[in-house]
Amino acid sequence: MRLFVDYTLSGVSAGMVYAAVALGLVLIWRSTQILNFAQGAMAMLTTYVASTLLEHSFGYWAAFALALVAGLVLGAATERVLIRPVEGRSAIDAVIVAIGLLIFLEALAGAIWGSNPRAFPAPFKLVGYVIGGQPVEFTPFDLFIVLAVLLLMGLMLVLFRFTGVGLRMRASAFAPEVARLLGVRVNRMLTLGWALAAMAGALAGVFVAPKVFLSPTYMDSILIYGFTAAIVGGLESPVGSLVGGLGTGLILSYVGGYLGSSFQATGALVLLVVVLMVRPTGLFSRVQPRRV
Amino acid sequence: MLRHLSFALMAGIGCYALSVSVSDFANSQIATVALFTIAIAGLSMLTGGTGQLSLGHGALMAVGAYSYAELELHNPKVPLVVGLAVAAGATALAGCVLGVAAARLRGPYLAGVTLALGLATPQLADHYFNSDQGVPVNLTPPGSVQPDHWFAWITMLCALLTLVLLANLRKSRFHRSFTAVRDDEIAASLAGISVARTQIVAFVLSAACAGLAGGLLAIADLGATPGLFPLTLSIQLIAGMVIGGMGSLVGAVWGAALIVYIPIWLDDIVNSPSSTLAANLPQIVFGLLIIGVVLVAPSGLQGALRRGMAVINRRIGRSGAA
Repeated sequence: MRLFVDYTLSGVSAGMVYAAVALGLVLIWRSTQILNFAQGAMAMLTTYVASTLLEHSFGYWAAFALALVAGLVLGAATERVLIRPVEGRSAIDAVIVAIGLLIFLEALAGAIWGSNPRAFPAPFKLVGYVIGGQPVEFTPFDLFIVLAVLLLMGLMLVLFRFTGVGLRMRASAFAPEVARLLGVRVNRMLTLGWALAAMAGALAGVFVAPKVFLSPTYMDSILIYGFTAAIVGGLESPVGSLVGGLGTGLILSYVGGYLGSSFQATGALVLLVVVLMVRPTGLFSRVQPRRV
Repeated sequence: MLRHLSFALMAGIGCYALSVSVSDFANSQIATVALFTIAIAGLSMLTGGTGQLSLGHGALMAVGAYSYAELELHNPKVPLVVGLAVAAGATALAGCVLGVAAARLRGPYLAGVTLALGLATPQLADHYFNSDQGVPVNLTPPGSVQPDHWFAWITMLCALLTLVLLANLRKSRFHRSFTAVRDDEIAASLAGISVARTQIVAFVLSAACAGLAGGLLAIADLGATPGLFPLTLSIQLIAGMVIGGMGSLVGAVWGAALIVYIPIWLDDIVNSPSSTLAANLPQIVFGLLIIGVVLVAPSGLQGALRRGMAVINRRIGRSGAA
């Protein structure tokens, strides 16, 4: 029973991180029908930026904020420089470009900072809360993660539902031609979408690093779990990402806890295949027929 | 068919001549090029053929490697040919399972699933097959033949056989249905082609190539270990395929040669083997090349060569007419 509680709690915290990654994937998928497989590598790079800033005696929160800003810039630059030329070409081209960016960024980080894992600090204690006289697998830092990701999701919802920019972004995603006719600068909206997506990824990067140490490939598995979360949630809405992230986080935490950590990736693979077989558009999406 | 066989015969003689005239070390490099040619040709046939992108072919190579190593561990007397056939067959079976799933998935979804496979496979291999140590493999050449030479010959022979088979496939009904499925699934099924079956066949053939290459890689490394099959292996195969030219068999040879020799050239240029830059430079170059080729020359090196040849031919033709 205690184990179950522990696995559940750590699953919630991990699930929130996957939700943030999934949100980044969903934001880009909605607007450009591209899955950004370089998202994890981009987050890894921004976390290294934060780590370097911390070494140069910046405070944690300054480094945190600058990592998010670095994410915004990196996302926007990626869209403008690498993605725009392949827009409208076959979906495979965009995936290959993202894969090229993935190994480029990982090797670049390895060249600059070396491949040895390095520690990354957390702003809150990494010692579990004590409940009923016993410590549980949920730390003040985990609580911060949960609240921060919920806040991010809330802000995204407000942005999309209640602001002019959000309306223009939705219009550009769902009917780019019409939006363009109505005077929306669709390209600018796409760039903004990529920037926000990379920022969500950067947040996930900073949240994962204290637990697993920072290395050029530390986000590889997180990207795949985030992708699983996005698929489970249906690749459509921030709410779907949140539900998908939590579901994936819990399932993978139980798999890792009861079967052993070497089965976690297999768990994600099985979950992915099952969800895609049963409902190819995800569990929480409206049914969309493929167009003839 | 005859044309491909005679080409292969000439190439085989050329390879043999090359192999006996260079050092042992160069022979092992040639063998690596040949085994990557097999894997990349298979991947390229899949992606260029039916348009399915797999980011998990490194995992399929692992299946081939571990099948070969396990078979040899339990039956040390088994002939090499049988071992490699089992490696290719076992991987084809894995590819069939994966292909059934893949046939229901479109582009980026399939890419994601195969990426997850690439992450999961080394972890499973680590868990079930003697962790980091892996499964050892021996190679005993007949008589007084140098092991490096012997292995290079076997690998080149496998590569040539694979290329001949794939070249014949390109002229067959199957390959036309691959292209039909890639270009328009609905039109293809209207024309009486079973889209799912075509995609599964392509996946199985491609997996068999990866399995053969994996078995050879296990021999080259004297064992199958999880460390041989990181996610970056799959990405290297993608790099070779894209740089050489997707869908082209000759391009697969270019791509394989480049992913083997670029790191060696870069090592010579940087000339400081211990620095972190030297360790990461090949991947940096591969990343840039992948992006550059897709953005600037989507048909890769072989496409560029073919265009260049076409221009030259036209010039010659024109001057001949005048």
